[in-house]
Amino acid sequence: MGEVNSLYSEQVMDHFHNPRNAGGMENPDGTGRVGNPICGDIMELYIRVNNGIITEARFKTLGCGAAIATSSMVTEMVRGLPIEEALQISNKAVAEALGGLPSVKMHCSMLAEEALKAAIEDYYHKCGHVNTV
Amino acid sequence: MEQIYLDYAATSPAHPRVIKAMQPYYFAQFGNPSSIHTCGQQSRAAVEEARSKIAAFIGSGKEEIVFTSSGTEANNFALKGIAWANRKRGNHIIISSIEHHASLESCRFLEKQGFDISYLPVDEYGMVDPGSVKNSLKPETILMSVMHANNEVGTFQPVVEIGAIARQAGVYFHCDAVQTLGQVPVNVGRMNVDLLSVSAHKLYGPKGVGALFIRKGTTISPLLHGGGQERGLRASTENLPGIVGFGAAVEIAGSEMENESRRLCRLRDQLIRGIMDDIEGIRLNGHPVARLPNNVNVSIRCVEGESVVLNLDFEGICASTGSACTSSSLEPSHVLMAMGLSPELAHGSLRLTLGKWTTSAHIERLLEVLPGIVSRLRAMSPLTISGKEAG
Repeated sequence: MGEVNSLYSEQVMDHFHNPRNAGGMENPDGTGRVGNPICGDIMELYIRVNNGIITEARFKTLGCGAAIATSSMVTEMVRGLPIEEALQISNKAVAEALGGLPSVKMHCSMLAEEALKAAIEDYYHKCGHVNTV
Repeated sequence: MEQIYLDYAATSPAHPRVIKAMQPYYFAQFGNPSSIHTCGQQSRAAVEEARSKIAAFIGSGKEEIVFTSSGTEANNFALKGIAWANRKRGNHIIISSIEHHASLESCRFLEKQGFDISYLPVDEYGMVDPGSVKNSLKPETILMSVMHANNEVGTFQPVVEIGAIARQAGVYFHCDAVQTLGQVPVNVGRMNVDLLSVSAHKLYGPKGVGALFIRKGTTISPLLHGGGQERGLRASTENLPGIVGFGAAVEIAGSEMENESRRLCRLRDQLIRGIMDDIEGIRLNGHPVARLPNNVNVSIRCVEGESVVLNLDFEGICASTGSACTSSSLEPSHVLMAMGLSPELAHGSLRLTLGKWTTSAHIERLLEVLPGIVSRLRAMSPLTISGKEAG
C-alpha cells in the first residue's frame, strides 16, 4: 500500500483520498458537465467568476481514482486565474501536476480539461459573451 | 494494519503444506523427468503421482490429464487444439458470452482463421439456457465451450445438460472449471465433458501450473511442439515443483472441501445480507442460490467500482471490480453487460471473493467500512440514487 506499490502516484492518491473543492456550488457562474456513463466517468465542474477571474471552482465526479484526482487538481489549478489563462490548462498539465498518470488513465485527465472548458463556455453563454471556447 | 484479502478468485496464496511439498523439487530432487538416470526417474515418479491425484480428484483416467502452464493455456489448448484437429469435420464452435477472456479471445483468434463462432446469451443471473445451446447447433458444429461457474459473478452453469446435448450431437464439450475445482465436486463423468480446464493457484496451489483433461479418444492438436513430453501433447520440460504443488493442493482440497464450502457459504450469505441491509441502492449480481460458495458480486448505484476498490485498499482490504477504466476499451465487464446490466451498474460493481483464511471478523470489518466509503463517494457524485440530479 501507499507510495511504493500503488497504481497511482502519491499526489493522485492524496487528491483521491482528500479531494479539494468536492461538492456542489450555490448559483455558480458556469457549470460544465462532461463524460458519459458508458465509459464510467461523469464530471461536473462549477466556477465562480469575478471581474474575469475564476475565484472559486468546485466539482462533483462519478468515476475512478484518476477521474476524482484530476477533478480535484483542476479546481485547485484554476482558482485565481483569469479566464483566458484557465482556458490554456491542458489535460497534460493536470496530469503532470499530479505527478503523472498511468497511460491507460490519461483519458480521465481529458475529462478535467473538457469540464473546465464546458464550464467557461457556460459562463460566456450566461453573460452573453460573444466568444466561444 | 492487518491486510484482509477478499480477492481469492483472482488468486489464492499457496497453502503452507503445498509449499512444503514443493520444496525438495527445487534442489534436492531437481532431475528432468525425461532423463533416464535415477535422478530423473525420481522426478518422473513425482510428476506421475501428482497426475494420479488430480485424475482421482476429477474422476478421470491418469492418462487423460495433460499439465499446462496455466488455466489460460488449458483453455487455449482445448479450443485451438480441437478446432485445428477437427477442421475437416466442421468449422463451427459454440461458446458462452461470459467465458473467461482466455476462451473468448481464443475464439476471436479462430474466427480470424475462418471458424464460425456462436456466442450464447445468458439470462439476468448470468446463466446459459441449454435450449439456446441446442438451437445453436449446426451440422458443422465441432465443439462447445461453457464454463462450470463464472469467475466474476459466481453463477453455476447447467453443464450436465449442456454436456448431454453435446454428447447426443456428437460434438466435443469443453468446460472451464478453473473457478470451481476445490470449491465444489468436479467430476468429468457426471459433467459429460470431453475437455476440462483447471489451474492450481485458485485452490492454494502455486501459480504457473494448470492442466487440461482430455477424454480418451479425443482428436486434438498440441499447441507446443518439441521433445514429446505429456505424450506428445504438450512439449516442454515439466514444471516439476509446480506439478507436485498442484497434486498437494488437490489432496488438501479433497479432505477439506466439503466443510470449507459450507463455511464459506455461511460467510458469503452473511456478507451479502450485510451489504444489502446496510447500503441503499445495491444489486446482487449473479444467481442468488446457484453460485460459488466464495463469491459475492454487487453493483453499487452512483459509485464507480475502482474508486471503491481503492478506498477499500486504503483500509487494508483487497477487492476487485468489473469496472474496466484501465482497459483500453473502457468498456465494463463483458459478463455484467451480457447479463443486461446498464453500463452505470456494471461500472459500479464490486467483487468480494472469500477463501480459506477469511474469517467472520474480516466480513464484519468489510461491513464496517464499506457503507462509509459508499456514502463519501456518493456525496461527491453528480448522480443520486433517487435518480434525481444532485444540485
